[in-house]
Amino acid sequence: MNFARAHVLVGVDDEARLAGVQEVLAALREAVADFNLSTEVQVVETGSLGVSGHGVVVAVQPDGVYYAGVTARDARPIAEEHLLKGRPVRRLLLPTTAPAARPADVLTRQKRVVLSNCGVIDPEKIEEYIATGGYEALGKAVTEMTPDAVIDAVKRSGLRGRGGAGFPTGIKWSAVRTAADPERYVVCNADEGEPGTFKDRLILEGDPHKLLEAMAITGYAVGAHVGIIYIRGEYQLSIARTERAIRDAKSLGILGERVFDTDFSFRVEVRPGAGAYVCGEETALLESLEGKRGWPRIKPPYPVTCGLWAKPTVVNNVETLANVPDIVRLGPAWYRTLGTPTCPGTKVYTILGNIRYPGLVEVEMGTPLRVLVHELGGGLLPGRTLKGILVGGAAGAFLAPTELDVRLDFDSLAERAAVLGSGAVLVMDESACMVDMLSSVLRFFRHESCGQCAPCRSGTDVLVRLIANLQTATADRRTLDQMVQIVDAMRAASLCPLGQSVALPVRTAFAAFRDEFTTHLAEHRCPQCQTTARAHGLLA
Amino acid sequence: MKGKPMTKDAIAARHPRSPEALLSLLHDLQKANPENFLMPDDLALAASHAGLPLAAVRDAVTFYSMFSLRPRGRHIIRLCESPNCHLAGAWSALDELRGSLGVDVGETTSDGAFTLELTSCLGACGVAPVMMVDDEIVGNLNPERVRNTLARYREGR
Repeated sequence: MNFARAHVLVGVDDEARLAGVQEVLAALREAVADFNLSTEVQVVETGSLGVSGHGVVVAVQPDGVYYAGVTARDARPIAEEHLLKGRPVRRLLLPTTAPAARPADVLTRQKRVVLSNCGVIDPEKIEEYIATGGYEALGKAVTEMTPDAVIDAVKRSGLRGRGGAGFPTGIKWSAVRTAADPERYVVCNADEGEPGTFKDRLILEGDPHKLLEAMAITGYAVGAHVGIIYIRGEYQLSIARTERAIRDAKSLGILGERVFDTDFSFRVEVRPGAGAYVCGEETALLESLEGKRGWPRIKPPYPVTCGLWAKPTVVNNVETLANVPDIVRLGPAWYRTLGTPTCPGTKVYTILGNIRYPGLVEVEMGTPLRVLVHELGGGLLPGRTLKGILVGGAAGAFLAPTELDVRLDFDSLAERAAVLGSGAVLVMDESACMVDMLSSVLRFFRHESCGQCAPCRSGTDVLVRLIANLQTATADRRTLDQMVQIVDAMRAASLCPLGQSVALPVRTAFAAFRDEFTTHLAEHRCPQCQTTARAHGLLA
Repeated sequence: MKGKPMTKDAIAARHPRSPEALLSLLHDLQKANPENFLMPDDLALAASHAGLPLAAVRDAVTFYSMFSLRPRGRHIIRLCESPNCHLAGAWSALDELRGSLGVDVGETTSDGAFTLELTSCLGACGVAPVMMVDDEIVGNLNPERVRNTLARYREGR
């Protein structure tokens, strides 16, 4: 292996593909060759570099220089000026319009555990993963640790499920380990569908081997020999990269029969979803894996005793699993140096909406919301003021600007009757109408309600009609009270978290933006609501 | 898929004979159909291959939004209508799509080229508003970008 003095990392994600990243890659390789730099400089295709909204983003390491909006024409100047002569091409630098939050900070002041390799290694080369210490944890687990010792390490790390519920991962594993039935499964929930969330996609696209390693460790710990990754059907690139990673790991003897020459065997399969948000609910996901419609099961029994094919099953989210290799490799004590005492570790967030630097960040648990919005997100666009933040996705909570100091972890948010959810942080400035935003949230739930239980099926439908009345100036005074009654009934009576969680955005929106809702009752002249109503054929 | 199209039996043979393979098999059968839908004999084949009753296969197919039992266009356009794309102005893209295609949501153009659908979050929120055309994500939508994309697909990429 050659050791290059510089790496040119090209983030290949959907946005970059859109902006012609393949041409940029070809041009960069050609330019590097033209200047005889091929032995010194390596051009690496990698996952997202964590910056959105800037087209093709290219990082030159170890210089730490980020270029944005790169086109094929820029390849020669980058090669000649920067790689050959050592002078970064100023006009291409990622814009630093906010003096307080330079993009270099956006990328370097994060604490990257889950995303440690995303945007750094080539996800299609298993050797690069191994070179960063990859599969060391699996080797350590299967050769030096008993399954109980692995579970104990995960328990002591305090890792909690990142899918939204925050359930302690070690306790889940230990329930499967001690289950009576010897046939068990490890299922990875990669059915990411919470609006505003794409962290799991970027992990799958940027570092699929980390997930495979984690699943094999999980399998070893709980005594399972089959792992299944359920990836949503729309995530074509994730599916392709994960399948490739499985083939490569098998060919090196890391997955399959006799992992690292031990008695432990483990295989991993990918299964695509087919378009249903509710399949992110773990029992609906299991139904879907069995070839059925994704209707949530009545709990208990829980998957740890009665999961896939009624066998004991661990179901973990992608991000949860991506923490596991480092916990095993570096130990639970190291993990507990991150985050808060009750929520150790990091959390990945997607910062979106009316914000200067939309994108993906990973910071320690307990980081204040303000840091995400004003520092890592770069604050609002010039001249705009913050109006509200929807934290946790559609099934999340609307927060007013006065809540910016809330710490983001499971417990601090629970104290405010909010949730961490999927880690989506949707920032809205004064131009956003909160009635209109809530209407979009409610339409989402109506579309995704699976129809199995009446409270959710009918409740979401009536809610959409009531908020449409607000948007078309046909609501009466009781509308807001009716909506609260409905969401409370749904919270009490729905079968699964989908219906139960609708109360959260509705109640928090009413609490934080009461005036705006009552104004809509009285005045009815909101241009955004009218646009939305027209788009849905409610107004001519 | 270029080259000689695979027979349906050959498509099925690539999947294990188990209910677990049902969704993957249905995806592949639908993809092989130029009209992007599942025909009655597809369902029958999937049922016998996965070892499920036909009714169970119909039950599943009608649940998932990516499957259709009616003919659709050669290209499926799915515009995201979730909150982030909504905030970013998905409706002006929808107006343009409706205008350029001359169809409403759920309909297929008369030349059979496009079917227009709305979808929940596609997980490409960094480039909102976003649509998918078949397997391609097209983001940062504005009316011009919508028109250019449609033209590109009309010309066969």
